[in-house]
Amino acid sequence: MAKNDVKLIGAWPSPFVLRARIALNVKSVEYEFLQETLEPKSELLLRSNPVHKKIPVLLHNDKPICESLIIVEYIDEAWASGPSILPSDPYERAIARFWAAYVDERWFPAMKGILGAQDDAARMAAVGQVTEGLVLLEEAFQKISKGKSFFGGDHIGYLDIAFGGFLAWIRVTEGMGGIKLLNETKTPGLLKWAEKFAADPAVKDVLPETQKLAEFSKIIIAKLRAAAAAKAK
Amino acid sequence: MGEEVKLFGVWGSPFSRRVEMALKLKGVEYEYFEEDLQNKSDLLLKYNPVHKKIPVLLHKGKPIAESAVILEYIDETWKGFPLLPKDPYQRATARFWARFVEEKCMPALFNCTVAEDRKKAVEEAHETLKLLENELKDKKFFGGEDIGFVDIVADFIGGYWLRDIQEIVGLELLTKEKFPKLCEWSDEFVNHAVIKECLPPRDKLFAFFRTRFGSKS
Repeated sequence: MAKNDVKLIGAWPSPFVLRARIALNVKSVEYEFLQETLEPKSELLLRSNPVHKKIPVLLHNDKPICESLIIVEYIDEAWASGPSILPSDPYERAIARFWAAYVDERWFPAMKGILGAQDDAARMAAVGQVTEGLVLLEEAFQKISKGKSFFGGDHIGYLDIAFGGFLAWIRVTEGMGGIKLLNETKTPGLLKWAEKFAADPAVKDVLPETQKLAEFSKIIIAKLRAAAAAKAK
Repeated sequence: MGEEVKLFGVWGSPFSRRVEMALKLKGVEYEYFEEDLQNKSDLLLKYNPVHKKIPVLLHKGKPIAESAVILEYIDETWKGFPLLPKDPYQRATARFWARFVEEKCMPALFNCTVAEDRKKAVEEAHETLKLLENELKDKKFFGGEDIGFVDIVADFIGGYWLRDIQEIVGLELLTKEKFPKLCEWSDEFVNHAVIKECLPPRDKLFAFFRTRFGSKS
């Protein structure tokens, strides 16, 4: 049995799966990527994540780790000799975790709101919310990066990965709506950050191509709209 | 010593009580400020402008918000009485279950007090408690022999909050018949030497919930 047998159960469009892949790349960990179609979910996925039945799942020597941000922290701790993902200072770690939680709990639902919007009014409202969130993240970026390229400083770190996982989806959403979510006026720092993040060696080979993701997004949008319509009844 | 630790909280909140539990378990002295959520202080709005919520921990003048983030900060800053295990896999497991409590159990439990289809809401809440019961297995605490990260995050379930709500609203959520291990765990929890000092005053909490949920029977 391999000493360091690493598998990742995931799917290429998922921003959450992307977080895990980037983290593994930062640590130069070799892994087998097990692509799920999710219809149906594989035996392995159901067995490895019986509670949520969701991707990503990291399997390290057959032990499953679930939930993307938990996986990223695990990768940081299990491969401690590689480049650090979380900052070393406890206060900076807390700030990174705070903003990652903000991205997941506040910002991402608003993003879904854009894609699932039933009409223009709903879409405009969702875009407004997403933009407000991006302005907060821009402020955070200015404070945290201290003039460097990334939230993590000179190298990508936890918050870059947490937020950056959504970059391709941001681009798809911009393309769909003819809007610029990341722009010179409101988010100049994040605009530059996005270019650098996408070009990073740990990111560039796994970041989904915008065009390919746009095609795929039609399926997701249909699902989100159906869910929103069902809720509205 | 200049360590200056301040906590902004609300007496009845399981979220701010969690932070107190962590600080007390580690023997950290702190100054507590009670917030009035109907009239939030300027300091709270300054220290947590994004969410404007408690708890907020202030350490050497720097604010940290979000209870789970605060707990990890406390664990990393004060090394006595570790809340999370050392092993990365065990840490990931603890974080997973803490998240599960926050994102699945607590919303499912709260939902029982407002849902139109109460029977369905209770069934869903039971499903989440069952998973928790199975995770506890035969351990005294989720943390093993002593209180750990998951126990603290599950304070709403282990402490008097859930018990009082289910009694007042007339719900059968955490019952000995269905969840014997969780019930035993919750007794250990409220009787733990340090935890019991951190729980809100019983009568006050019960009275608060009675006002909040009224008498539905």
